[in-house]
Amino acid sequence: MSAKNLKLIKNPLSKENPITVQVLGICSALAVTAQIKPALVMAISVTVVVAVSNLIISLMRNTIPPRIRIIVQLLVVAMMVILVDQFLKAFVYDVSKQLSVFVGLIITNCIVMGRLEAFAMQNKPWESFLDGIGNGLGYGLILFIVAFFRELFGSGTLLGYQIIPESWYAANGGFYYNNGFFILPPMALIIVGIVIWVHRSRNKDLCEN
Amino acid sequence: MQDLINLFIRSIFIDNMIFAFFLGMCSYLAVSKTVKTSMGLGIAVVFVMVITVPINYLLDNYILKEGALAWISPEFASVDLSFLSFILFIAVVASIVQLLEMIVEKFTPSLYNALGIFLPLIAVNCAILGASLFMQGKGFQSIGEPVVYALGSGIGWLLAIVGIAAIREKIRYSHVPAPLKGLGITFIITGLMGIAFMSFLGIKL
Repeated sequence: MSAKNLKLIKNPLSKENPITVQVLGICSALAVTAQIKPALVMAISVTVVVAVSNLIISLMRNTIPPRIRIIVQLLVVAMMVILVDQFLKAFVYDVSKQLSVFVGLIITNCIVMGRLEAFAMQNKPWESFLDGIGNGLGYGLILFIVAFFRELFGSGTLLGYQIIPESWYAANGGFYYNNGFFILPPMALIIVGIVIWVHRSRNKDLCEN
Repeated sequence: MQDLINLFIRSIFIDNMIFAFFLGMCSYLAVSKTVKTSMGLGIAVVFVMVITVPINYLLDNYILKEGALAWISPEFASVDLSFLSFILFIAVVASIVQLLEMIVEKFTPSLYNALGIFLPLIAVNCAILGASLFMQGKGFQSIGEPVVYALGSGIGWLLAIVGIAAIREKIRYSHVPAPLKGLGITFIITGLMGIAFMSFLGIKL
C-alpha cells in the first residue's frame, strides 16, 4: 500500500477525525455509547456503510447528473443501511433492539453524506473505499473512548465483564457506588467535550479562534 | 384531548430531540452561531416535521406494516414491507423538502430569503427522519397524534437551538481556554442544558 493510501486511513484517526475535527455524525455517536458493545456494533455498521457507499458513488461519479446527486446518494446509502439493518436483525438481534432507530439514522448520518460529497464525487473507487474505512475507524475510535468511560464508571463493567471488584460495592459492605450519571445522555456530551479539549491541546493547530 | 396535550408537553420537554436523543446535532452545532439564523432553521424544521411525520404515518399504516395492505384485498394481509420503511421515509422527506422549497420560493419570496439555504439542509437533518422512525414505534391510533407529536418535537428542537445560539452569542466575550473554544465548549454547554432539561423527567399531566 502506498504512503498516500496509508494516509487516507491514518489521517481520519486523529488530525481529520470525523467527530472531533470535521464535526460530522455526532447524533449517533452520543446516543449509542452507554455501553461498549452497541458502540462497537454501530462503529462497524457505519464503517461498512461509508466504505461501500463511497465505493459505489465513486464508480458512478461521472454519470450522476449534478442536480439530482443528493437523491442518488441518499438512495445508495439507504440501500446499504437496509442491508446492514437486516443483517443485524438476523445475527445480533439483542444489539439491534438496543440500537433501535439509530441504525436507520445512519442514512442521515452526516459522515456518510459528507464523505460522499467531499471525497467520493472527485476520487477514484479504491481511494474512496479507503477513505470510507478510515473515516469509519476514526468515528469508531471516538465512540469506543466515550463508551469505555461511560460503561466503566456507569456500570462498573467493560464489554459486560465486571471490572470493579464486587466486594468494593456498598451493597457488599464496601465504599463504592456506580456513578449513575454516566449512563444518562448529558454525560456523553460532556465526555465528548473533554475528548475534544484533550485532543486540541495536544494538536494546537486545530484550535479555533 | 388530555392525551394529546400530554403528548405535546412530553415531546417538547421530556423526549427532547436534542437533549434526550441527540438528533439533529450536526446542524445544531453548525448553524447555532447567531439567534437569527438558528430561529430560521428551527422554524423550517418544525414546518417540515409537521408535514412529513403524518405522511409517513399514513404510509406506514396503509402500505408498510404487516397486514397493512389488507385494504386492497385480503390476499395481501400477510405481506410485511416494513424493511422498506427507511428508503420510503427518506424519499418522502427529501421530496417534501424539495417541494416546499419550490412552493415557498414561488409564493413567499421573503420567507424563502429568510430560510433559503437551510431548506435543502433539512433533508439530511436526522431529527426529521428520527421523528418518523420514533413515530413507527409509538403505535399511534389516529392521525391527530402524529401531528401533535411532530409539532412538539419540532418546537423542542427549535427551543434547544435558539437557546444554545443565545448562549454562544454571549460566550464569545468570555475567557474560554483555547483548545475548548468553539466546538468543545458548545458540547459541554449542551450537556449542562441537557441536565437542566432532565428536571422535567417524571412530569405527568
